Amino acid sequence: MSRSDLPAAVATLRRVREDPHRLGHRAHGPEGPVAGTGHGTTGPASKRIIVGYGFWIFLLSDIVMFSCFFAAFAVQSRATAGGPTIAEIVDLRRVAFETAALLLSSYTCGLSFAATNARSRLWTQVFLLATGLLGLAFVLMEAQEFYGLAVRGITPQRSGALTAFFGLVGLHGVHVTVGGLWLATMMAQVQVKGFRQHIVHRLICFNLFWHALDIVWIGIFTIVYLMGSLA
Amino acid sequence: MSNLEFDPHLYTGSLDQREDHAPGDEPEESAGDWIRNANLGLGFSVVLTVASFWVALAHEVWGPAVPVALIVLAIAQMGVHLVFFLHVTTGPDNTNNVLALAYGVMVVFLIVVGSVWIMAHLSANMMPAGAIMHMAP
Repeated sequence: MSRSDLPAAVATLRRVREDPHRLGHRAHGPEGPVAGTGHGTTGPASKRIIVGYGFWIFLLSDIVMFSCFFAAFAVQSRATAGGPTIAEIVDLRRVAFETAALLLSSYTCGLSFAATNARSRLWTQVFLLATGLLGLAFVLMEAQEFYGLAVRGITPQRSGALTAFFGLVGLHGVHVTVGGLWLATMMAQVQVKGFRQHIVHRLICFNLFWHALDIVWIGIFTIVYLMGSLA
Repeated sequence: MSNLEFDPHLYTGSLDQREDHAPGDEPEESAGDWIRNANLGLGFSVVLTVASFWVALAHEVWGPAVPVALIVLAIAQMGVHLVFFLHVTTGPDNTNNVLALAYGVMVVFLIVVGSVWIMAHLSANMMPAGAIMHMAP
């Protein structure tokens, strides 16, 4: 069969493929299903892209807020006013467990969204539950740390260094706690409403939030705990 | 196009659902990519985290270099998280996210480095506490 025998629709398709701009079609041809951002050749952005972008802006603003607490800690970390130094209050063994819990929860969170993409409600719930339990373990370890310090009279009002320490680490802990509440809400919504489009979008936002918290924790365990233990 | 009943799927397989889409359609994402990314992200993160704790605790690295090594490892791990967990890519669906990220990094850099810089100079130039007390009338 020669090419001239092809039906008209296929010939049209060929022309579209040969159009270097692929007007009205995907930017990367058939093998790359790429959703566009709204400019150029791919048409208006999908809601998934826009929702992710909006939440990304929020996350960046959250990280800017954390950076203020990091700056305060960097400036204040030696202002101990005769009280305990940061090196005296860090327990690196606990920090190692906290880091492991949060990193594993990031992993299970990523897997939960893979299960969402496969539209498997069971595995989405299983991995979300694992994420929540690891997050809970993290929060409990941090609460135990704060309680142990408070019993020894080491509280935020003791010195500038301790104010900055409790402020920064506590702010992160509050974020993880709120993230856990959000996670429980999402599990209920997945169970009751299933994988409707807006539920999937919320799951995407939750994923972004949880991973961003892990990024902040990298900064905390490096700057507050590991570098604090050196001094 | 004269032949409206013709369905190209049947004859050529050259057009599939992914290629022909309406504006605003959301392409299906494969679960495999996410699992692969999560595995790679976890692997790199574990290596970098263990390296951080080792550098800080083992005393094998020259002392003054330890803080620098820790910061480099932390930045590397943040990059790993951005790529493998947050799925920041160079694709056209991510250009806006990358630009916003660049702006965010700039603001964070200004706040942290600016604060440390200014406060270090202030601290170095400040009068000792005793001298201030004597100035009071």
